[in-house]
Amino acid sequence: MAANGKASDSLLRLGTYLTGSESLDGNRAQVRKGGREGDVFYRDRWSHDRVVRSTHGVNCTGSCSWDVYVKDGIITWETQATDYPSVGPDRPEYEPRGCPRGAAFSWYTYSPTRVRYPYVRGVLAEMYREAKGRLGDPVAAWEEITTDPAKRRRYQRARGKGGLVRTTWAEALEIAAASHVLTIKRYGPDRIAGFSPIPAMSMVSHGAGARFVNLIGGSMLSFYDWYADLPVASPQVFGDQTDVPESGDWWDAAYLVLWGSNVPVTRTPDAHWMAEARYRGQKVVVVSPDYSDATKFADEWLAPHPGTDGALAMAMGHVILRERFVDATVDRFDSYARTYTDLPFLVEVEERDGRRVPGKFLTAADLPGAEGVANADFKPVVWPRGEDAPYAPNGTLGHRWGEDGVGKWNLRLEGRVPELTFYEEGAEAVEIALTRFDTPTGEAGVLTRGVPVRRVGGRLVTTVFDLVLAQYGVGRSGLPGTWPTGYDDASQPCTPAWQAELTGVPAERAERIAREFADTAEASGGRAMIILGAGTNQWFHGENAYRAFLALLLLTGCQGVNGGGWAHYVGQEKCRTATGWAAYASGMDWSRPPRFMAGTSYWYTHTDQWRYDTYRADALTTPLGPGRLRGRHTADLVAASARMGWMPSFPTFNRNPVHLGKEAAELGRDPAEYVADQLAEGTLRFAAEDPDDPANWPRTLTVWRSNLFGSSAKGNEYFLRHLLGTHSNLRAEPAGPDDRPAEVTWRDGIPEGKLDLLLSMDFRMTSTTLLSDIVLPAATWYEKHDLSTTDMHPYVHAFNPAIDPPWEARTDFAIFQELAKAFSTLAAEHLGEVTDLVAVPHQHDTPGELAQPHGVPTDWKAEGVRPVPGRTMPGIVAVRRNYSAIAQKMAALGPLAETKGLPVKGVSFTPDEEVEWLRERNGTVHGGVADGRPALDTDVKVCEMILALSGTSNGRLAAQGFERLAERTGTDMDELIAHSAERRVVFADARTGPTPVGTSPEWSGKESSDRRYSPFTINLEHDKPWHTLTGRQHFYLDHDWMQEFGEALPVYRPPLDISRLFGEPRIGPTGQREVVVRYLTPHSKWSIHSEYQDNLLMQTLSRGGPTIWMSTADAEAIGAADNDWVEAVNRNGVVAARLVVSHRMPTGTVYMYHAQERTIDVPLTETTGRRGGIHNSLTRLLVKPTHLIGGYAQFTYAFNYLGPTGNQRDEVTVVRKRTTEVRYR
Amino acid sequence: MAQVAMVMNLDKCIGCHTCSVTCKQAWTNRSGVEYAWFNNVETRPGQGYPRTYQDQEKWRGGWVRTSRGRLVPRAGGRLKRLATIFANPVMPSIHDYYEPWTYDYDTLLSAPLGDDFPVASPRSALTGDPMPVTWSANWDDDLAGGPELARHDPIVKKLGDRVRFSYEETFMFYLPRICEHCLNPSCVATCPSGALYKRAEDGIVLVDQDRCRGWRMCVTGCPYKKIYFNHKTGKAEKCTFCYPRVEVGMPTVCSETCVGRLRYLGVVLYDADRVGEAAAVEDEKELYRAQLDVFLDPDDPAVRAAAARDGIPDRWVESASRSPVYALAKRFGVALPLHPEYRTMPMVWYVPPLSPVVDTLTSTGHDGEDADNLFGAIDALRIPVEYLAELFTAGDPEPVRLVLRRLAAMRSYMRRINLGRERDASIAEAVGMSGRDIEDMYRLMALAKYDERY
Repeated sequence: MAANGKASDSLLRLGTYLTGSESLDGNRAQVRKGGREGDVFYRDRWSHDRVVRSTHGVNCTGSCSWDVYVKDGIITWETQATDYPSVGPDRPEYEPRGCPRGAAFSWYTYSPTRVRYPYVRGVLAEMYREAKGRLGDPVAAWEEITTDPAKRRRYQRARGKGGLVRTTWAEALEIAAASHVLTIKRYGPDRIAGFSPIPAMSMVSHGAGARFVNLIGGSMLSFYDWYADLPVASPQVFGDQTDVPESGDWWDAAYLVLWGSNVPVTRTPDAHWMAEARYRGQKVVVVSPDYSDATKFADEWLAPHPGTDGALAMAMGHVILRERFVDATVDRFDSYARTYTDLPFLVEVEERDGRRVPGKFLTAADLPGAEGVANADFKPVVWPRGEDAPYAPNGTLGHRWGEDGVGKWNLRLEGRVPELTFYEEGAEAVEIALTRFDTPTGEAGVLTRGVPVRRVGGRLVTTVFDLVLAQYGVGRSGLPGTWPTGYDDASQPCTPAWQAELTGVPAERAERIAREFADTAEASGGRAMIILGAGTNQWFHGENAYRAFLALLLLTGCQGVNGGGWAHYVGQEKCRTATGWAAYASGMDWSRPPRFMAGTSYWYTHTDQWRYDTYRADALTTPLGPGRLRGRHTADLVAASARMGWMPSFPTFNRNPVHLGKEAAELGRDPAEYVADQLAEGTLRFAAEDPDDPANWPRTLTVWRSNLFGSSAKGNEYFLRHLLGTHSNLRAEPAGPDDRPAEVTWRDGIPEGKLDLLLSMDFRMTSTTLLSDIVLPAATWYEKHDLSTTDMHPYVHAFNPAIDPPWEARTDFAIFQELAKAFSTLAAEHLGEVTDLVAVPHQHDTPGELAQPHGVPTDWKAEGVRPVPGRTMPGIVAVRRNYSAIAQKMAALGPLAETKGLPVKGVSFTPDEEVEWLRERNGTVHGGVADGRPALDTDVKVCEMILALSGTSNGRLAAQGFERLAERTGTDMDELIAHSAERRVVFADARTGPTPVGTSPEWSGKESSDRRYSPFTINLEHDKPWHTLTGRQHFYLDHDWMQEFGEALPVYRPPLDISRLFGEPRIGPTGQREVVVRYLTPHSKWSIHSEYQDNLLMQTLSRGGPTIWMSTADAEAIGAADNDWVEAVNRNGVVAARLVVSHRMPTGTVYMYHAQERTIDVPLTETTGRRGGIHNSLTRLLVKPTHLIGGYAQFTYAFNYLGPTGNQRDEVTVVRKRTTEVRYR
Repeated sequence: MAQVAMVMNLDKCIGCHTCSVTCKQAWTNRSGVEYAWFNNVETRPGQGYPRTYQDQEKWRGGWVRTSRGRLVPRAGGRLKRLATIFANPVMPSIHDYYEPWTYDYDTLLSAPLGDDFPVASPRSALTGDPMPVTWSANWDDDLAGGPELARHDPIVKKLGDRVRFSYEETFMFYLPRICEHCLNPSCVATCPSGALYKRAEDGIVLVDQDRCRGWRMCVTGCPYKKIYFNHKTGKAEKCTFCYPRVEVGMPTVCSETCVGRLRYLGVVLYDADRVGEAAAVEDEKELYRAQLDVFLDPDDPAVRAAAARDGIPDRWVESASRSPVYALAKRFGVALPLHPEYRTMPMVWYVPPLSPVVDTLTSTGHDGEDADNLFGAIDALRIPVEYLAELFTAGDPEPVRLVLRRLAAMRSYMRRINLGRERDASIAEAVGMSGRDIEDMYRLMALAKYDERY
């Protein structure tokens, strides 16, 4: 071909001759046989000695199985395993799960940010060594340092500012043990806290620490609610924490809406299911304010203004109700609504302040003959078609507890058809008042609409369905009230035109998508699915939007169907082997109950964010409620929730619970009665009523598998100042006299530095380790044994060590064993054996759900009456603790496992045979308190225990649980029992690779080799009730506080008006070269929370440091270009970052991808001259009082099941371009 | 001859960059090639890596056809290259890739007690000096930098106003790239040392590390800029198609670790004697067809006989017969070559992506779910067909349009089955396929079982 002259041709020919290659086609190309010496370099590079199967215990839902390559004892790299068990011939497989972050993990093993040795802050070490040398006793030394104001100030002020020095394991553990011992001795065990989230990602590593904290009586802090990952709508609607389909079930969906969820980024290994299901003809709609990674896969993109998603969902509900329930009927939708939802249940229409409003569920207690009915207050009623009186169908909460309900807790209607509506032409109807919040400031307004009614005794009643139609503005001729004139009436909620004004989504599109959704659900038998993400969940009013989403699914019969229903993917790593993990982590095999604490109220209280709340409940309530919350401060409501036994509250009392236990014993009093008396007399107070009293501070905090201070700490600067006592960029002013709590004590001066000790364990340096007094070097995930599961796939699999922990690193398991030994040694002298009084809130899935009928709060303190333990206040349980034996208990399975059984959502497992098996498998302990018990002295043995004691991995227990459940429901569960019996997973299976788990009463859905997991399929297919008041999925929530907040029915609530509540400026340009914008922190492509945000590979693939994404218009308004340094400033703090300008961003909103912390490339800010903050330096906690409700039906506490969310999306900030030179020091 | 080749289905690519990271970790996380990514992923529209590499007026890669119908490397014939062998070739500077950096991580542990948080700030990996980060291996990911940067995308420049950058009309997709292991590799032709070669047995293009003299002519010659200069060893390096794995029957690292499950590996038999002619067809828009015509039908008895005669092992012929690459490129016609106009006959092909309909058009009935509207919807998709055509078909929109219609037809056809309705062969026929073809294509693209991807 190319004839370019002799010289070059001869050169090429010469080369050909010398290399033995063959020229093709003249001299155009050279071809040679491979396998030549020149190839050796890459062959050598590829070679390795071993491939070890492990996974990543980072806080993500991947649970991906990885092959870790090892050469010469060094970890070289990792690639994904591909040998997942098949999910069937007719669908894609789970292989190869992974993501770029996981693929970059091995970088950490030998990285310069690896923590190689134990560290302690130099100033603290010097003081400790001096004091111990003088006093001779670690506890005495610790007491002196922490109680001497000058010394205390000195080491607390140094937190976060460098000066860490190497120490020995022995000294580090001794100081940590001394702090634990002193805290128990001086203040009480409930002043100790542990924080380590998401057990599913490494159950043993989590459980070892949780077990230690729980055995000594400390508080384990929740994370799911604290992260605002918990969708509070789930306990409200389903009576379930969260249960969702595995990603393989997306394949079954015929219509898929991704609502506020960026699947390719946050569920990277699962995203292929979405891409592939489209080829099956699945339609995909993405709802997102930016053109997200997921939008690429959409058929249609809807872009509502951030936080207005609920309005879009309400309008879609309006269309479906109008077109599929009122103007026409779909048989499947209709029967689903009658059978599986509370829509046919009766609600009393009450008179309040001269208006008629929806009141309480009518129950059997309101009917003639109630006297003989057990739990009548908890048996809501329906009106069967053709009959002349209501009745309570089977399956209500009243049937769940007590002898009377045996065999009747089921969804069978026994031939009756409950009326959905009382509407008939000419029938009686009344006008009712309902709340609307669709105002610019979100303040409540009143709607008047009408409902058809009947009379029961002297009461006016209507159905939930009729109320729902009224709320959604779906009129029927002849009803009183004001109704929309049509879809195009924008003045009335909830029409398509109304939502268009709020969301910016054209009315026509909302209408059409609603119709398509319903049509597909009808045609496919319920296979329409909504994937929900943090974009919709993490708002102050997130659960209101969620209830509107769930309504779409319930109205179209999609929930409980494979391929249909909600798919909430926010956090939610499912610990499939839940029972075994819980038994281990809670230490309930030795002592019960553990102190599980709701994280948000804990941090809200102890970081003093409550003192900066400048609004009262009135700002958020409706004038139509009972009005008992008027003028009350959120801190008052947190305290009320604690003393009524709704939410846990630790520290509980303003006195040491060990001292209370001793006093009660000495007086020979029943501990609960003793405490109740003291409370009634006022000689004892709840700590939540005076949290700034030094007696009520948390004192010792251990953080592991977590980066609390660089990631999840909303209100980060409040944490720094008040909890830790170091510098901060907090700019807010405390509330003025008019905005302060009425009951909670307001002390002069806000405490700075409450914690005596912050102890952390990690393998890398984070904002948390920088702030810690002691940092312990932890093993990575390639250096230990553990177990991993997730909600996204149906397998359990193992971590295996590819290498031993290098340098002085140890596994979390080993560290806590050693800490327990150091603790037990000191405790023998200082603590001995004690009685600890534990306050227990009314518990979900126990008869505690019956504590407070009709959701009427019984605030004994406000009413001036003596509290009743377990009913109007928390239960009080005396727990014996032998503090010198903690290490022995850590390392053995205690006897309560089989003698008291293991609780599983209201049923229980009795693992008697399993304990025998564990004796043989693990060997037994000789001597001490655990003599003869199965050993748990290695991580592998704990893995065996977890697998043996969980129904998903041990079918014998699953079958046992289903048998017990079937007794209560009286329905046929033989299929589940038979299917389970043979299944058994042992650790050797999980080590080899992902191993399928099975159906178990631990979860609500069925799974098997030919069926993907989908929640609530057991409910639909075996007539098992939901764990709610009616036993059905709830539209209506009749608790007093729900009515106070105008949220008894699904309702649209806009984002909080931060300007009105906190005085921040309004969104938009300010006229200066700065903008006020909505500040959102969605999850990033380049990190899993803060993990990997410091990883060189991830930084290289992105922008190399913290960034804020902004629209082109906003960037123009502040005169900034791409990659310019900017500062984001609000009352909560300051962030310094570089700008990413993009047209895929909506104007008026910025993203600072979560969780960019202060360790990498963060300069000093020009606003304060100090180091810029983390993404959560601009946020703060905003506690929603309705999340504090307890003591009533599905509104009862369980760990991570219910609790206030640490929502953060309503926040705004000013962003301006930096004008001065960037300096790092 | 036989070639191992790859197809990437861009319609499934989530832009996660796992392929880049696993490749980097396995092959190039060493000094000298810090900046080198044998596999990278670009957001489109965007500048790519190295910046604007597609602008051959600037970078002089690939071949040009002379007026006499011959091909010469754009960088100039051999004489010119020999004459300028000691001059710097036209090649990207480190800043066109990016200056690699690290951080002074150690500060986090070793900082003495001060009055503020220690922080790890960036340092050049080349000089060790503090440096501001101004460009990276993937700077414009997900449209970062917006119109300001994307306007420099050579395709955007070419298309002008037809590519818009308003929020309402936003579009993007991802383009993962490795070496194309071309049938007509311009890198091989430009190497003065004869160090670059194409393996006879499988077509993998390699640099002989012993022979490479670091002239860097190949860096210029490769229009895809997939040859990297190791500044430490002074030699060229490139994607090896993971030959140590492929030789033992394992997929390449980038393929096996692709969590989007969008990569296919397969053997393609081709007529080596016709490569030169096909690469030199006059009309650039014919190059795609011409290359397809070079591929041989492995089930054709004549081809099998020829393969046996040429010593191609039976197993390779069998592989060719089951090759997903052949199926996607030739049988279903949904995979297209990247920049055929470079005339290198690239062997990594792409299925172009679907995208959401433009909002303003949904009200006019362009709903792809409905078979009646199916084809109207194609021109309403956000990604301009012209943009894809510039990538894959030298600007000819018709082949791209046909692929998108076939994907849409598959969805529409399968939706009926999904909802329990009767099969409707007319949907397949409307795009020149049979129902059987559609179902086979669905199996390969949707179910995509491991043993059928590789």
